[in-house]
Amino acid sequence: MNETFTKAMARNIFYGGSLFFILVFLGLTYHTEKVLPERDHRENITEQVVLGKKVWEENNCVGCHSLLGEGAYFAPELGNVYTRFGGSKEAIMAFIKYRPVDGIEGRRSMPQFNLSDEELEAVAEFLKWTSEINTSNWPPNIQG
Amino acid sequence: MKYESQKVARLYFIAALGLFVGQILFGLIMGLQYVVGDFLFPAIPFNVARMVHTNLLIVWLLFGFMGAAYFLIPEESETELWSPKLAIVLFWVFLVAGVLTILGYLLVPYARLAEMTGNDILPTMGREFLEQPLLTKIGIVIVALGFVFNVGMTVLRGRKTVISTILMIGLIGLAVMFLFSFYNPENLVRDKFYWWWVVHLWVEGVWELILGSLLAFVLIKVTGVDREVIEKWLYMIVAMALITGILGTGHHYFWIGAPEYWQWLGSVFSAMEPIPFFMMTLFAFNMVNKRRREHPNKAAILWAMGTGVMAFLGAGVWGFLHTLAPINYYTHGTQLTAAHGHMAFYGAYAMVVMCIISYAMPLMRGRIANSNKAQVAEMWGFWLMTVSMVFITLFLTAAGVVQVWLQRYTDTPMPFMLVQDKMAIFFWMREVAGVFFLGGLGVYLWSFFIGTDADAARDNAKVLAKVSTKVREESTQETARA
Repeated sequence: MNETFTKAMARNIFYGGSLFFILVFLGLTYHTEKVLPERDHRENITEQVVLGKKVWEENNCVGCHSLLGEGAYFAPELGNVYTRFGGSKEAIMAFIKYRPVDGIEGRRSMPQFNLSDEELEAVAEFLKWTSEINTSNWPPNIQG
Repeated sequence: MKYESQKVARLYFIAALGLFVGQILFGLIMGLQYVVGDFLFPAIPFNVARMVHTNLLIVWLLFGFMGAAYFLIPEESETELWSPKLAIVLFWVFLVAGVLTILGYLLVPYARLAEMTGNDILPTMGREFLEQPLLTKIGIVIVALGFVFNVGMTVLRGRKTVISTILMIGLIGLAVMFLFSFYNPENLVRDKFYWWWVVHLWVEGVWELILGSLLAFVLIKVTGVDREVIEKWLYMIVAMALITGILGTGHHYFWIGAPEYWQWLGSVFSAMEPIPFFMMTLFAFNMVNKRRREHPNKAAILWAMGTGVMAFLGAGVWGFLHTLAPINYYTHGTQLTAAHGHMAFYGAYAMVVMCIISYAMPLMRGRIANSNKAQVAEMWGFWLMTVSMVFITLFLTAAGVVQVWLQRYTDTPMPFMLVQDKMAIFFWMREVAGVFFLGGLGVYLWSFFIGTDADAARDNAKVLAKVSTKVREESTQETARA
């Protein structure tokens, strides 16, 4: 970097540029918040969905699975699991409920979380709601 | 080292490296679980091992950053640290809180831990990287506030430099953005949207300020290049980091329910995110080429150049590989993300912490640099870890390509678990590379115990003598020519 480009100019680019893009980012956040209701269908967030999210969090499901592509990559994507399981909450609940306590020899296996029926229902409702978010058509196919 | 209080950094660096070992051990457990699914099941299920692996990474890097600041700030400010006692108290608070949290993960089922630690009062747990119980999160905030206050007071009463200012902005930003970890909306889309304000605006935002200032500090010290030149570079690097990185957050908003204009914004700005990392590489190599002194600490110079290159490859190139929305549509949440994450964190953050440790630790032990023998061992550690990480990244990339090919970019997508079986060969090779990484870490740690103070003094004197002879010869030649 030569002499005509001074440290003061570099400093101004740093402070000015950062401030400008922070403001743009905040503006876009405001706009996103305004249009989100059409895409996340928040009118369908029932008490059960809220409980389901809490059960999801308190069992650290994201430590193995991904949800809308975020999380761990050890177990299948669950953002569209409701669709993949043929739109059946019962199938989701049964899968979680009947995990073997000691796992499966040599294979990956989901732990037995001993969820109550209420919690099972709630998680299934949460995953159903999640599958209805407008994700711009992601994932590309049913396998997640 | 000019100020006695800088020595508190030593505690932080030792803790950082200790936790680093734990991180790698749990990484190896997880790597094995990828191919031997029931390994340690149900005692340590994968999600627990992963939580320990990622949380230890975050905690040891924070220890490293704090240690670096305690070392750097007094020297830049030309005054003793405001309160070394506070730094020591906060060290123990953070270490005890961190170790208890990890033990909690390992010994208590996560749901029980949530119940015990008041997750009902304010649910914040169970989100990737922010799994810490509420109490731990509050502890982190207290430690961060005390730490920022301590170094802030030191800066305020001393000399203000560009390096210390940028470092302070980075550290304050780190503390402020962490507050979003307490915000967990019931709406998953909004939860994810603001979750990235912690995660992305840390690693692709304010942490880059910390990275840049640490690198600049070490380069000034080991090359003797004029501060004006270094500071101009630093300003431009951090300017580019924030100009590209803030809107670059958009590359996480493609498929989580946010509006579609984020696909354009996120693609364009995150495609420019490699620029600051490339500048860091240029910066390190240029300054070393233009060096005005021969510093005896060759290992620290190697780390400084290494962190530039590896950050550019890991964060820059591997990030760019899958950041454009049409590509990310197929690669999102595959092993390609894991490949990028590993090399980026190692190259940018693990390596810069080891760079400042490499420079500062000998000084705190009363040496200019370690003995030749110790430095050779340290460089072996550098190369073993770095080459192993390159292979880990390449094998995960291969796994990711197979995954995308069979599960995503195809007319006949296969189920997730079937595809995982097809990727097993790459997971095995990754695990082998991981064992080599652990070996490299072992060599690196062993290097701290090689050579006495006398060996170091003798070797350093040789380098310095050679330089002064060279300088004398040059000036004699010049006189002769004149």
